[in-house]
Amino acid sequence: MNSTNFTFLARRILGSVPLLIGISIILFGVLNLAPGGPTDVYAEIPGVSAETLENLKRELGLDQPVPVQYVRWLGAAVRGEWGYSIRTGRRVATDVKERIPATLLLGGTAFLLALLGAIPLGIMSAVRRYSTVDYVFTFLSFVGFSMPIFWLALMLQSLFAVQWHLLPSAGMVSIGDGSFVDRVRHIILPASILALAYMASWGRFTRASMLDVLGLDYIRTAKAKGLGNGTVIYRHALRNALVPVLTVIALDFAGMISGAIITETIFAWPGMGRLFIESMNGRDYPVLMALLMIGSLALVGMNLLTDIIYSFVDPRIRYE
Amino acid sequence: MSEPALSIDLQMASEAKSTRARVLERFRRHRLAQISLVVLVLMAAAALAAPWLTPYTFDGQDIELLGRPTPPSWQHLMGTDQLGRDNATRVLYGARISLLVGLLSALISTSLGTLVGSLAGFYGGRTDAILMRATDVMLSIPILPLVIVLSGFTRPNLYMLVFIIGVLSWMGTARLVRSQFLSLRSLDFVEAARALGGSSNRLMFTHILPNALGPILVSTTLAVGGAILLESALSFFGFGVQPPTPTWGNLLNAARDWLDTAPWLATFPGLFILITVLAVNFLGDGLRDALDSRL
Repeated sequence: MNSTNFTFLARRILGSVPLLIGISIILFGVLNLAPGGPTDVYAEIPGVSAETLENLKRELGLDQPVPVQYVRWLGAAVRGEWGYSIRTGRRVATDVKERIPATLLLGGTAFLLALLGAIPLGIMSAVRRYSTVDYVFTFLSFVGFSMPIFWLALMLQSLFAVQWHLLPSAGMVSIGDGSFVDRVRHIILPASILALAYMASWGRFTRASMLDVLGLDYIRTAKAKGLGNGTVIYRHALRNALVPVLTVIALDFAGMISGAIITETIFAWPGMGRLFIESMNGRDYPVLMALLMIGSLALVGMNLLTDIIYSFVDPRIRYE
Repeated sequence: MSEPALSIDLQMASEAKSTRARVLERFRRHRLAQISLVVLVLMAAAALAAPWLTPYTFDGQDIELLGRPTPPSWQHLMGTDQLGRDNATRVLYGARISLLVGLLSALISTSLGTLVGSLAGFYGGRTDAILMRATDVMLSIPILPLVIVLSGFTRPNLYMLVFIIGVLSWMGTARLVRSQFLSLRSLDFVEAARALGGSSNRLMFTHILPNALGPILVSTTLAVGGAILLESALSFFGFGVQPPTPTWGNLLNAARDWLDTAPWLATFPGLFILITVLAVNFLGDGLRDALDSRL
């Protein structure tokens, strides 16, 4: 990395500040301008008078105009103060922090599974282009990213857990059993389902990228020098082919670490994705805001990271 | 005087035809795309003709079957639900909603994306900077949770839902159209049109845009599949189209409670989502192969 790249990266990092402010304005606006407010939950309880509601609103600062509320929220948020959950009454940070390990475990496992499947399949498909392997993989990858994963999750849950009793149907551990095997049995279904769509799409990207690289002159040179197929594919082609694949993987990884809403909900996995749905049902604005911001932060961060990795692995890239 | 002009006309017409013929020929080579097109046309026809294809109505209950779901039989090809309603009929009516949401949302997102991308790519400078920063902001918000929040809080009707999905998924098209405009705007034919006094709007929409239609069409097709998946995921969580209107997503949501005893209720709607989205994606792939002039 040279100094121009360094200046670029410094500017790029500073550039994500207005980006994040823009994101937070949109999210705050969406959450606050929607009809119905956080105090609606209390309004339905008999015995809660209009006066009590007004007091509650004043106490929570909800009687202020939305822009004022936003500035207050922003001021507190940058100091790490994310407010209190309406549902549980606890600090948002505490509620969210509790869910991070489960999400990271599921996301990380799915990430590894998808990577281990996608890259070899993509390479094989590209090297044997138009072979049966290639056609089968192409077809299956289309099935993979056309799959409604909530349906696949339901079907596999029904087969493996309900009909065949092979795997537990939900949760992260059985009560009274925290053994490694028990945990592995719980993670198999959700992690494989989460990995499937990513495996399909990364595999396709790897294939396309490999095909681009395999057509280049330096590959022909390498072959002409008499290098073996394996050396040409893995030592020469793959390194360059993986560079564009990195972007896709990094952005998808952002989605995985901010919580897999569908998979976590269906398998009652105690992560951030399920917290999101629980907070939706309880109209828990502070938690929703925090989770949406975490998701966006992850995307922005991964975008940044991709740029940094790019400048390391591809010296041809010069930012101005 | 009129003869040379006529012959140019003829020449252009024959060239246009041969382009079309080449595209058609390339499309014919993609067999899965052709099969997909047939599947989608049949699906759309069946959805439109639903009232004539089935003796039942989507909310009609058979009192004798009330209480628990019944398995598939000759009277009820996909069984009945716990309220004695014919599942096949409900899946068929669900196709109407899914296809409608898919097509309309894709149209909205394509129109918006094309507008933003055209303006940014054509004018460049500050317009480009502002529009692309806005695109970046929208791209940095995870779409599924945002759609869930908007839809969950506003309890939208069908058209509002289409609008929500459409306005949150234009960003990819905007970037695509912008890059097309950037590579097309400095070409000679645009310069010529400008020299002839063509207005900006004319240059953008009658000269440049038609040359970018291929990639736009492909991305629209793929957007249909994305919108169908998004709507069914939303309805599955109960934040999308509300019962009693049957959609593939809310049929699946209802079938969750009967997964142990009546798995067929969940099997069919999901299978239809998969087949439809798969067909749309293959069609998009076929169109890409056919329209890509570099091949």
